[in-house]
Amino acid sequence: MFRKLAISSAALAAMTGAPALAQDIAVKLGVLNDRSGVYADLSGEGSVVAARMAVEDFKAADKGMSVEIISADHQNKPDIGSNIARQWYDVDGVNAILDVPTSSVALAVSDITTEKNGVLIDSGAGSTSLTREQCRPTTVHWTYDTAALATGTGAAMTNAGGKKWFFLTADYAFGHSLEENTARVVEENGGEVVGQVNVPFPATDFSSFLLQAQGSGADVIGLANAGGDTVNAIKQASEFGITQAGQKLAALLFFVTDVHALGAQTAQGLSLTEAFYWDQNDDTRAWSKRFMDAHGSQPTMVQAGVYSGTMAYLAAVEAVGSADDGKAVVAKMKEMEFQDPLFGTVTVRGDGRAIHDMYLFEVKSPDESTGEWDLYNQISSISGEDAFLPMLEECDFTKQ
Amino acid sequence: MFELLGIPPQVLLGQLLLGLINGSFYAVLSLGLAVIFGLLNIINFAHGALYMAGAFVAWMLLAYLGIGYWPALILAPLIVGVFGIVLERTMLSRLYHLDHLYGLLLTFGLALIIQGLFRNYYGISGLPYQIPDLLSGGHNLGFMFLPNYRAWVVAASVVVCFGTWFMIEKTRLGAYLRAATENPVLVGAFGVNVPLMIMLTYGFGVALAGFAGVLAAPIYSVNPTMGEQLIIVVFAVVVIGGMGSIMGAILTGYMLGIVEGLTRVFYPEGSAVVIFVIMAIVLMIKPEGLFGRPV
Repeated sequence: MFRKLAISSAALAAMTGAPALAQDIAVKLGVLNDRSGVYADLSGEGSVVAARMAVEDFKAADKGMSVEIISADHQNKPDIGSNIARQWYDVDGVNAILDVPTSSVALAVSDITTEKNGVLIDSGAGSTSLTREQCRPTTVHWTYDTAALATGTGAAMTNAGGKKWFFLTADYAFGHSLEENTARVVEENGGEVVGQVNVPFPATDFSSFLLQAQGSGADVIGLANAGGDTVNAIKQASEFGITQAGQKLAALLFFVTDVHALGAQTAQGLSLTEAFYWDQNDDTRAWSKRFMDAHGSQPTMVQAGVYSGTMAYLAAVEAVGSADDGKAVVAKMKEMEFQDPLFGTVTVRGDGRAIHDMYLFEVKSPDESTGEWDLYNQISSISGEDAFLPMLEECDFTKQ
Repeated sequence: MFELLGIPPQVLLGQLLLGLINGSFYAVLSLGLAVIFGLLNIINFAHGALYMAGAFVAWMLLAYLGIGYWPALILAPLIVGVFGIVLERTMLSRLYHLDHLYGLLLTFGLALIIQGLFRNYYGISGLPYQIPDLLSGGHNLGFMFLPNYRAWVVAASVVVCFGTWFMIEKTRLGAYLRAATENPVLVGAFGVNVPLMIMLTYGFGVALAGFAGVLAAPIYSVNPTMGEQLIIVVFAVVVIGGMGSIMGAILTGYMLGIVEGLTRVFYPEGSAVVIFVIMAIVLMIKPEGLFGRPV
């Protein structure tokens, strides 16, 4: 409440132009994400809170920058997302769009952003296309992508002895891409894929598919799905004694809010890859406490990524001296190095891929866990160069 | 041993059993719908939301009051049933003299409101609910590992379904109910309180949805969207069985669960639509449904 008051009064002061500084930069940010559907908990209002915290921590007002944040719900539909993005750029004068989970929406918004010379700092989407086949000079992909998830979990579990994999794949673009990425990593590490089944999306009952996976004799069942689908699959795998019988589950995309929904009892022992966890160090704990006070739950890596991406964007705008030319701001971001309290050292590659460490976590058992949100043990960290796919030559926009 | 279309028999048996388990949920839910439609002529689109509410009430009883699964199995349906009675008294009862469509629209709106409220308060990720200790673990049947809890779901649903069928078709109370739907004025003239009976029937149908919700809570995460995904399938089940036919709803529920389970082995991609394909075929050949009375 107090913070909200502080932000709004700061914004008000900035808008009325009270601090008559030499440099007067107006920035308008639009947080575009899912505010009512399946990704609402992992992005949603929490991402808006994170963006506000970034503006506050950047001390934008002191630097003569007036930053305004607006937000909207794209309902995970590319047409709705595109319309909002167009309106934001054309009518509302938005300079940068933040978050945008759901790959199909993100790809559509990425195109419009280039056309309008805005900036897209994507935190929530997973598709590698954003910085590969469909790379754009105004897109920065901040938090994670399917390749990084596959590298983390796929390689770690294969090297730990899980040589034979069976995939339960959500039957749409995202699921197939995640399966493909992971299968490649598994094979590179000496494993093999013994089978897969395409599960209609969304699904509530996975028992039939799990039974098929069990019959395949695989060491690892790879869950190439997300959100509620993953939660149900894990819950039922435990119920059918699949994990107890020695087969391991690999949740390829799983957020801390999902683990929280599942409870440590059911999720224990699961390995997963994330870019951020609230309880990693003093900085992340301090930030997460503020986030918790403002939002009522711990931040996901997507929300942390919105914070961190916004900070970096504002720093670049300050360096350029204006937010009007999106291409120039992104080019500046690619020259800078960011010391981030949440992600550590972050650089942005020529293709717009933000490079930072990723981490492999294992879910704690209920005995180890000391609280509702005390969920992960960190197993290892993966350096940015290893985690993300190499850059495609044609996507290096800094050379142009 | 023999193989059927390249599928080993143990897998097939396992899938049959899983289909039966899913069918149990379809049966309890479509039974509630059929009772409500048969006796009130209301197409209760809020059924899925009330099923979800049943799961949430069970979760709340545990989280806020420390009341476990077994008492919740009785309490949650009662609470949902009472809520249903309030809905019936305050809203639905005003629509009986109107076309079906009004009831459908009202209950559809109610479903959206109920879901929206739960989503606002509890988020979309869902909440954990553990299987009760007594039923955790399972048995190896040779062809599959059967969790005790799933066996319990089948048993509980069979008892509830056939108990309800018996009550409506074979007892004096059921006879009153059936008579009241045929001719409420005449039955009222015999001194039977028809509005009270209708109110309790709606409450009972809704309580069945709440009961299915409690059964589902430990298997699926307690989630605001859990009813939304199920309700369309359950409507298809009711249509295939014959609108308003009690026995039709029960048998079709189990049957379609099994058909869906088998589709998951032979052609997984089709498992989400197989029930609707069957519905289309049944409607073409026998528009009143498999067990329905000819229109």
